[in-house]
Amino acid sequence: MDAKIQIVATVSAALLIVVLLELVRRRRLLERYALLWLLSAFVLLALSIWRGLLADIADLIGVAYPPNALFLIAFGFVLILLLHFSLAVSRLTDQAKVLAQRLALIEERVGRQEDQESSGTHEGDRARLESSARN
Amino acid sequence: MSTTITPRKIAVVPAYNEAASVGDVVRKLQAQTPEYDVVVVDDGSTDATAKIAEDAGASALRLPFNLGIGGAVQAGFRYALENGYDYAVQVDGDGQHDPGEIRKLEQAMRDERVDMVCGSRFLTEDHRYPAPVSRRTGIHLFAFLLSRIVGQRVSDPTSGFRLYNRRGVAVFARDYPHDYPEVEAVLMVHWHRLAMCEVPVRMFTRNGGVSSIKGSGKSTYYMIKVLLAVLVGLARSKRAVEPGDEAPVAAASGI
Repeated sequence: MDAKIQIVATVSAALLIVVLLELVRRRRLLERYALLWLLSAFVLLALSIWRGLLADIADLIGVAYPPNALFLIAFGFVLILLLHFSLAVSRLTDQAKVLAQRLALIEERVGRQEDQESSGTHEGDRARLESSARN
Repeated sequence: MSTTITPRKIAVVPAYNEAASVGDVVRKLQAQTPEYDVVVVDDGSTDATAKIAEDAGASALRLPFNLGIGGAVQAGFRYALENGYDYAVQVDGDGQHDPGEIRKLEQAMRDERVDMVCGSRFLTEDHRYPAPVSRRTGIHLFAFLLSRIVGQRVSDPTSGFRLYNRRGVAVFARDYPHDYPEVEAVLMVHWHRLAMCEVPVRMFTRNGGVSSIKGSGKSTYYMIKVLLAVLVGLARSKRAVEPGDEAPVAAASGI
């Protein structure tokens, strides 16, 4: 593998790790979503540094030029990350639906209670008026 | 500051599909510690957990979906804070915590003048705690790590049997971790300059339901996640969220 591409790959992976850790540190990224990213970044970093292993993997999957194997692996991680986000979005969609339904039910319940209370005071007013009229 | 003479106390009972055991837990609490109000936080159960809790005489907070143990317990802390309670004790809905031991926690809080008292399974001579090896490894790893960081022995960092005073409740109502929250909570107590101590307690094996953390694969995953949280947390310049700080949520800033 060309030394230049090794440097580029190593620096990018290292930079990604730094950015990820910084985002978690600033509480912008939840640990739950950082883990898969970190796993990808560390694997890519390891393969960028450890050329022997990358060459073996390239050989194993029939890729002639090892850096291409690195790209292939990175692409695999991107696919997994996308699937991970689709799962997360599905869960959030479901939860937003449940929240909206619960909110509507509670609003209806509160409205009904307010109606009862206000009609209750009206009756009270009427009773007071009637009693004062009698007096 | 409390205006009442007798302090108000509450037991927070997180429960997820614990219909089989939550009724007994509530009744035991009422029998053994009658001055405690009981609030069961139903963490999106699909069984009759909340109904059974209410029938047994507890209040129930029904979360619309499963938030996980951290979110459920924090809901309980918010309830305790908003309703002006002075002490809150967390008792798990699966029946593994013995309400009879709450007095021990109270005694320790008075004697040691701390803000949080944890019931520890590992301080007794004859502790036998049946758990998968991966889970035990995790507990002991965190016990070692936390003891070093906070500078005091923490023998059972994952125990959820804990008593908090008002300061503790206020801190955790504002910001409470997600998974294995007890581990990070110990660190938060330290960073907020609150005090904690442990007392030995017995714990029962679970009555029913399933643990929030089951299977060794899952507990390894949680272990790595909490480890990340602990280590990154150490790198924060401002580790504790005080009133007036930015909210501890991802959406508070930027995209």
